[in-house]
Amino acid sequence: MSAAADMHGVPEVPTTRAAGRWAKAFRTPSGIVGLVLMALVTVLALLAAVGVGQDPAAQDVQAALQGPSGSHWFGTDQFGRDIFARVCAGLANSLRVALVSVTVAAIGGVLLGILAGYYQGVLDRVVGVITNVLFAFPSLLLALALAATLHRSWLTVAIAIAVVYLPIFARVARGPVLTLRHAEYVLAATAVGRSRLSTLFEHVLPNILGILVVQVTLSLSWAILTEAALSFLGFGTPPPAASLGGMVYAAQTLSSVAPWMLFAPGVALILAVVGLNLLGDGLRAALDPRGTNQ
Amino acid sequence: MGAFGRHPVARRFGEAAVTLVGVSILTFVLLRVVPGDQITAAYGTAAGDLSPEQLQALEAYYGVNEPLLSQYLGWLGGVLTGNLGVSATSHLSVLSMTAQSLPNTVELAVLAIMIGLALGIPGGMLAASRPGRARDQISQVTSLVALSVPSFLLAAVVSSWLVNTVGWYPNGEGYRTLSEDPGLNLQQMLLPALVLGISIAPPILQTTRAAILTVRSEDYVRTARAKGVSGRRLQVRHILRNALIPVVTMSGLQFGFLLGGALVVEQIFAIPGIGRQVLLGLEQKEYAVVQSTVLVIAVMFVLVNLLTDVLYRLVDPRVRVQ
Repeated sequence: MSAAADMHGVPEVPTTRAAGRWAKAFRTPSGIVGLVLMALVTVLALLAAVGVGQDPAAQDVQAALQGPSGSHWFGTDQFGRDIFARVCAGLANSLRVALVSVTVAAIGGVLLGILAGYYQGVLDRVVGVITNVLFAFPSLLLALALAATLHRSWLTVAIAIAVVYLPIFARVARGPVLTLRHAEYVLAATAVGRSRLSTLFEHVLPNILGILVVQVTLSLSWAILTEAALSFLGFGTPPPAASLGGMVYAAQTLSSVAPWMLFAPGVALILAVVGLNLLGDGLRAALDPRGTNQ
Repeated sequence: MGAFGRHPVARRFGEAAVTLVGVSILTFVLLRVVPGDQITAAYGTAAGDLSPEQLQALEAYYGVNEPLLSQYLGWLGGVLTGNLGVSATSHLSVLSMTAQSLPNTVELAVLAIMIGLALGIPGGMLAASRPGRARDQISQVTSLVALSVPSFLLAAVVSSWLVNTVGWYPNGEGYRTLSEDPGLNLQQMLLPALVLGISIAPPILQTTRAAILTVRSEDYVRTARAKGVSGRRLQVRHILRNALIPVVTMSGLQFGFLLGGALVVEQIFAIPGIGRQVLLGLEQKEYAVVQSTVLVIAVMFVLVNLLTDVLYRLVDPRVRVQ
């Protein structure tokens, strides 16, 4: 295990005051801006999900590669599809992939991490080797290799990203458990006859939730970036479905004739990632006062 | 990992060895789950027309009729003796392809680290000089934005702007290596290195800032101040020198990351590096090339991290004592 993982102290998050801490996260400037950006991104994605506005798949060859106008706010692409509608659909795709991948990675990684940290022994060593092996691959390369060898769909992209982020959650969860397992209230719960497993889930897990929430927020932004990079390279969400990375790729190849194509997907991608990073910053300030989380 | 002895460095080596075995297994398995086996990959749709006898002969040729374990051991034996396979498209061995592509990636990574350090260390020092004040806030926001702009987006914007508006396209006549044409090579490397440098500057900035803030409150800095050391001498000799230790570690990690993580930028700027070798292999369905190249990258990544860790222990005596 790296020094960084072992440096995690006991998070000072009394569960009874959790609500107050949460509210505090949204009073920091970064928390507020992050929340506003994510609200905007979510609304745009939901517009696409419920089918409001123009059809992102509707082709109109007559209107191909038009600049921004009243009927097409951000112009049209090479097939005459409305770029704004496709950006909304792309955001919906990004959020969908990010939510699925981070949920899978968080549940799997946290379970492995807290069990390994709490029970130690062989289990800890096995989990240690698995995380070391997965960490041995640069994350984008591993996601690429997994996504390229599986059948191509948004779900396999999400699973590939989940595999890459699973060891991060395992490490982040394991560190504090190592300290918490000797905390007096944990020992007390065991002493009054609670089983070790129920102690783990009732007394240890709630106390690392603060760190985990921060990690989930930051991981969502990385997952969005990874999905976009994979789609940009042609191994992500398959066309004709809209993906921000795929749109950036198309825009780059057509930049000499239609430079405006790059604007909307690029800005949408940055807004989503900045929003999540700011939100993570705000949450970290409120939930993880020592700032031990890297 | 008690099995590898008590000494932390020995333990770290043992851990790396176990990791490398795991890496080879995972890389091997990755090729096995590829949709369609090597026969389909090599013969395409024609594989469907093969007679059962032909199929059997081909299976024996590729060795896929043997048990998984002996296939793995055979492959690993080949890899360990330098046989990384041959590309069916170019008929070059993966070893010679890697010998050509790896120096380009290493050069790009070194340039990117230099740019990242040149941006990150002064930025971190500036931020740490007045923590919580305007310059700190500005550098924090800047690094957060730099962290949030994906490198492929920055690369796409920069390259299309240069080609369309400025009309500068140093890659026009193909890639030149550093030894072939140093001037043109550095022109070709400038933008990709800048894009990667910007993307690794934020973690370097954050590490520098945190390290300076920690070191500043150390007893020896207070002693130095009490002795009358001040100004530049205190900042450089007593604070910066000690604060740079974690920065070196962070740079090592970033270097390892760049060896494999630069593939998007290599692709956009058409630099024939090792990441592009993986992408080309995937596009041409040359899974043997992909497998060996991914393995090479992962092994280098493990070794660079190991080296960083060991160097860190050498540089910082406190870690050795613990």
